[in-house]
This record gives sequence, structure tokens and C-alpha cells, in this order.
Amino acid sequence: MSSFWSIWITVLTIVVIVGCFVLLRIVSKNNTGVEEGESMGHSFDGIEELNNPLPKWWSYLFYVTIVFGVIYLALYPGLGNFKGFLGWSSANQSIGTENGIAADSKAAVELATKEGRWVQYDQEVKRADEKFGPIFKAYAETPLDELVKNEEALKVGGRLFLQNCSQCHGSDARGSKGFPNLADGDWLWGGELAEIKTSIMNGRHGMMPPKGGLPIEDSEVKGLAEYITKLAGRDHDAALAAQGQGSFMKGCFACHGMDGSGNKLMGAPNLTNNIWLYGGSRGSIEQTIKNGRSGVMPAWKDVLGEEKVHVITAYVYSLSNK
Amino acid sequence: MKFNHELVEKNIGLMGILTVIAISIGGLVQITPLLFQKDTTEPVDGLIPYTALQTEGRDIYVREGCYNCHSQMIRPLRAETERYGHYSVAGESVWDHPFQWGSKRTGPDLARVGGRYSDKWHEVHLIDPRAVVPQSNMPGFPWLAENKLDGKLTGQKMEILRNLHKGGNKGQDLYTDEEIAGAQKAVEGKTEMQALIAYLQSLGHALK
Repeated sequence: MSSFWSIWITVLTIVVIVGCFVLLRIVSKNNTGVEEGESMGHSFDGIEELNNPLPKWWSYLFYVTIVFGVIYLALYPGLGNFKGFLGWSSANQSIGTENGIAADSKAAVELATKEGRWVQYDQEVKRADEKFGPIFKAYAETPLDELVKNEEALKVGGRLFLQNCSQCHGSDARGSKGFPNLADGDWLWGGELAEIKTSIMNGRHGMMPPKGGLPIEDSEVKGLAEYITKLAGRDHDAALAAQGQGSFMKGCFACHGMDGSGNKLMGAPNLTNNIWLYGGSRGSIEQTIKNGRSGVMPAWKDVLGEEKVHVITAYVYSLSNK
Repeated sequence: MKFNHELVEKNIGLMGILTVIAISIGGLVQITPLLFQKDTTEPVDGLIPYTALQTEGRDIYVREGCYNCHSQMIRPLRAETERYGHYSVAGESVWDHPFQWGSKRTGPDLARVGGRYSDKWHEVHLIDPRAVVPQSNMPGFPWLAENKLDGKLTGQKMEILRNLHKGGNKGQDLYTDEEIAGAQKAVEGKTEMQALIAYLQSLGHALK
């Protein structure tokens, strides 16, 4: 705070306290020229106002308040930049007794300030880091393929998953329409540990333009959907599917593969396993072909940091690799 | 001078003036200095003024009363920063009129929700929260996807903000003349849903 505002606060506060005291002194004296207990000379509907003094208990309480205020402002911060004789601050109130220096002493505050742990929040974080830091560090140093066997780590990962991932993927990790199921063993971007970790760390953007950006007519969509139904191994109209295969060969294979088994480098889904991110009814498939789809997984490395992503990776992997 | 309280009791004007002086002292001591503190009046590094679409989205956020259930104020407690990210600082909301700190959390804090979920997730979630979070008790806002913005007032809103903070962005104005002139075009025809999502995705990137 600049010294101007510090002086502003200090002067106003002191003026008000002194003003209260002076005002109280003045009104405690009889200034009316009427004897105490006598009538003030006016009555309202027969109710007379007498010249009574302020109640003693009330005015003494007022003096006590003023004295309390002065002592408080001397001990604690309140007058601008003045820190108070106790050196107390709301931020450092949780400084504990360390190295034999009493917790509430000035020396303790000085030591804590020097060591950069005087803010309560920093202290809280430091304490937590001391407790959890080694645990996460040990997890981070464990290769993922070993970490997936660590029940405790999986539990921690599960908690982190519930807190950060369940909003999209569901608390059971089974996803919903448009948000992948992580427990079914089917992976858009690869289900190896390193691939899962990359997906979480950097995010993914799966993108299919309308009709794959290919010269496919609206009239072909129905057949194409039928062919995809056939790829998934479901009942289909053979003639219509054959027609759709022709459309598929216009270029769908570039991402989804000749056999429709997908390509994890582009996040192109496998069309042969009857698992559908956007719904598997013919209507849904047609809609997907016609309008395209765009799915975004945000990057978590900046929000969670690698150590936590590491543990979440192990948990997510464990869901489909018991 | 002989002090006489009749003077105050019989002059309502004088009494009014003295009352105003008495009750304004607390504000003069506790509020006025804050209006001149660097911490509370200057933006933090990396704070970006809302774009035209985000400006409209913010107004929808206010209109729908999102602040009734969602705070935008992460407190400096580890339990909160673990969940939401770096605690909020005053310099992050210097351009918010009114600020959206909120006072109650029925839903989670949104101060750093930007980038946490995909646009698509927000859309699905705003239309029907239970489609993605079955336990949610948030109401759906399906009309946002239907209502279109005309952007007639967007430029004006940005201009008012610019005038309130002349040179407030490290010596620069918040918006250029071109940005204000192009504001209507930038939002016209967009849905309220798009605007609100753009606003939500912009929240909290200044600090990590």
C-alpha cells in the first residue's frame, strides 16, 4: 500500500476513535440548562421527556469499546501499513513451533518468512507435498507395465479419474454417446500404455469431415451405411451393401482401412467390431456419414501434470486389462 | 460553542449530512484505498480481453443466472487448488462488470473450466446435463442451441468496456476500432450456445 493510503486509513481511523471519545464526553455532561431528572418542557400526548443522563452501563461499555479498539489496533494490523506489535497476520497464523522457537513469537515469524513458508496456503501445500510427493514420485518412477499391478496406485488413479475424467467418460468409464467407453477394450488411438498416456497428456482430436470429404452423393449414404452394418457382422441387405462397398472404395479405406478395421494413428474407428461411438443404428450411421463427426479430448499435462497422468494411465489401462 | 442536540434534532438536513458522514467513514477507510491498489485494479499477465462472441456468452451466463450455482473464485486452500487449479487473484477479474465470483457452489467452481472439456461436451451437457453426468442436478438449457444472436449491441458493449478501461491492457486499449466495428459480424447468426461455450472455454487461462 502506498504511504498516502496508509496515512489516509490511519488518520481517519484515529480521528473517528478520538471523535467518538470526545462526543461521548460532551453528551455525558448536562448541557441543557435543565436540572437532571427535571422535565425538558415538552410533552407528547401526556408523555413527558425528562432530562435523564445516559445510562452508566451504556456509556461505560462505550469507553471499554474505545479502549479495546485502541489496544487491538496497537497489537494487530489495522492502521494502514503498521503491522501491529504482535507481528500477527492472517496468512502466518498457522506457523507452528519449530526448532524450539515458540509458534506465536516474532522470531518464529521472522524464521518462517526467511524460509518462504509464511503464507498459510504455501505451508499447506508444502505439508501435502511432503506427504504425497514421495508417493507420486515413486509411482512416476515405476514403469507403467509394473504400475498396473500396484493395487494402491490403481486406487489412487481411480480417484483421480473420478475427479477429472468421469465428467465425459462416466464414473464407470463406460462413456456415453460421443464420449468413448474406456472399459470395452476398443481403442480409437491405441490401447497400449504409452498410447493411452499420450492421449491423456496431449489430448486428441478425432475428425471425420462430412462424407469423409469424398465425392459421395447423398443417395449413396444409405448403401454405405448398409455396407458398414455388414462390416460390423450384422444382418444386412446384401445387394444394398454391395452397392455401399463401391462407395467405401471411393476413399473411406484411406482412414478406416481396406477391411474397415480403422487406423489408430488418425483415431479412425474400427468399423468391424460393432462398437459405436455415435450410435450403431442405421439412422445414426447415416447421420455420421452425412454430417461427419468431431471428437476432442483435451490435453491434461498442464492441468494435472505428468505424475498424475502416469497414475491415471495405469488405471485406465487396468479397466480393460484385468 | 454550547453544544445542543436540539440543533441536530430540529434540522433534518443537517442530521442527514452528519448521518452520511458517519456511515461513509467505514467505506472511506476500507473500500476507497482498494480502488487505487495495483493488486486489485491491474490485470494479471496473460489476461486476454473477451472476444465479441465471448462477450455475448458472458451476458448469457449472467442472464441464465449461472452464478447462482457456480462460483468463479478458487480459494487459496489446497483442497480447492488440487481440484480446480491455481487460486483466483483479483487481477483476473478486473475487466468483469459485474464480476462472477458468486457466493454459492451447488455445481463446481468454473474459474478455470476453460479447456477442461471439449466444446461438444459443453453442448451435450448444457442441453441435458444428465446425458453425460447421470448424478447431475443442473437444469438443462436446450433453448441456447436454438436462440440466435443478432449482435446489434455487441460492439456497444465492447466499446463501453473499452471506455471503462482506457489503456487498461498494459497501456493498450482492450479493443481496437476494427474489433468493435467487426463485432456484430463476428457474432451474427451464432447461437447462444456457441457464445456461452466460447465464454466458458476462455475462463481461467491466465494462471495455471
